[in-house]
Amino acid sequence: MLRTISQRLSSRCMSLRQKHTLPDLPYDFNALEPVISAEIMQLHHQKHHQTYVNMLNQAEEKFMEAKEKNDLKTMIALGPVLRFNGGGHLNHSIFWQNLSPDGGEPEGELLAAINKDYGSLENMKNIFSAATVAIQGSGWGWLGYNKTTKTLAITTCANQDPLEPTTGLVPLLGIDVWEHAYYLQYKNVRADYVKNLFKIINWKDVSGRLVAAKQ
Amino acid sequence: MILDEELFKRKANLSSIDKMFRTLSQRVWPSRTVVVRQKHTLPDLPYDYNALEPVISAEIMQLHHQKHHQTYVNSLNQAEEKFMEAKEKNDLKTMIALTPQLRFNGGGHINHSILWQNYFPKGGEPEGDLLKAIDANFGSFDTMKNGLSSSAVSLQGSGWTWLGYNKSTNSLAIATCANQDPLEPTTGLVPLLGIDVWEHAYYLQYKSVRADYVKNIFKIINWKDVADRLATARQ
Repeated sequence: MLRTISQRLSSRCMSLRQKHTLPDLPYDFNALEPVISAEIMQLHHQKHHQTYVNMLNQAEEKFMEAKEKNDLKTMIALGPVLRFNGGGHLNHSIFWQNLSPDGGEPEGELLAAINKDYGSLENMKNIFSAATVAIQGSGWGWLGYNKTTKTLAITTCANQDPLEPTTGLVPLLGIDVWEHAYYLQYKNVRADYVKNLFKIINWKDVSGRLVAAKQ
Repeated sequence: MILDEELFKRKANLSSIDKMFRTLSQRVWPSRTVVVRQKHTLPDLPYDYNALEPVISAEIMQLHHQKHHQTYVNSLNQAEEKFMEAKEKNDLKTMIALTPQLRFNGGGHINHSILWQNYFPKGGEPEGDLLKAIDANFGSFDTMKNGLSSSAVSLQGSGWTWLGYNKSTNSLAIATCANQDPLEPTTGLVPLLGIDVWEHAYYLQYKSVRADYVKNIFKIINWKDVADRLATARQ
């Protein structure tokens, strides 16, 4: 009797699942100019990221409905939609925090890790830039942390594939190279966008993520 | 080599010259199939940059043609150059490592070369054999348009949606390809009509509203070109 009651309650709790919401930017839309225009920031946040949030909520809703009916085929079929929109939400939520009008320079543990794994900040930036610019199609370049080997790593993901579920690396710093992230301002010259992005990195946030990953 | 032959055939429709070229090169240089490889070049647009306005702006057409497509052509030539150098040295690892670049840039060149021909400022409607095939496979032109549109709008990331022809079943099909994966090498379908949904194809004008771009594209389709491609595929 108790088990049946708790099962009924837990399914009720699942239906009171909180919806994902669009996080606020920690700065105004124009704060990252001239590196990223206010127009891009506003579209990127209020249209693109908002759409991932809305679609993620819809996908989760459908997933829960399918689960209630034990409809495994539909649950599986929803995988790509969850990955694409869930990834979009995860990635952009990190991205807004990764950027700042006055982000400073890497220091302390983060700088030590960069120097250890890449020799210098300059070298890390060069490798990171090259990998990110070379992405074919839409995707993200990532500086990540490998918990197993306790090293930094630079890698890329396609579309909105989120770094950690896809590779196991903990995301520290992401560079969005979907064309919507830069085209209005930089047109096809992705390399200029990536180069300029390093002027507005919030290195304190990147450090904070490394510290948290090491715990 | 294969890319050159296909494009040449398409432009000149002179298969006998093509045969003669192949026989000649085999007779004179029996041990090598490629000697003087021609570089790929950016095809001219059959209309001015502003000809497709207001559906596609002149700015987009110019960037799309002179920057994006040109870059695929340049990178393709470079990749083929490196491939041939590796082949001369029997460096199989490098040849294999180059295939993604060949696919991406070769696909970009093939896809965009088709795209420029698929457009026509005055638009139109499908007729004749093409319309018959559309009706046979989709029920109606509108149903086909809806299928193609929803496929294009829901494509995740960068890619193309295609109306293609299946030679084995003699039927039309709607398919999508990621990035610049070219339709025929990837799926076997012969490309008839492509919709480019990379953001560079529409963002300057339509921003995030891909659906509006896809809807408007149907106003400038060169259905004669689409019909020709079907006729050729059926030969």
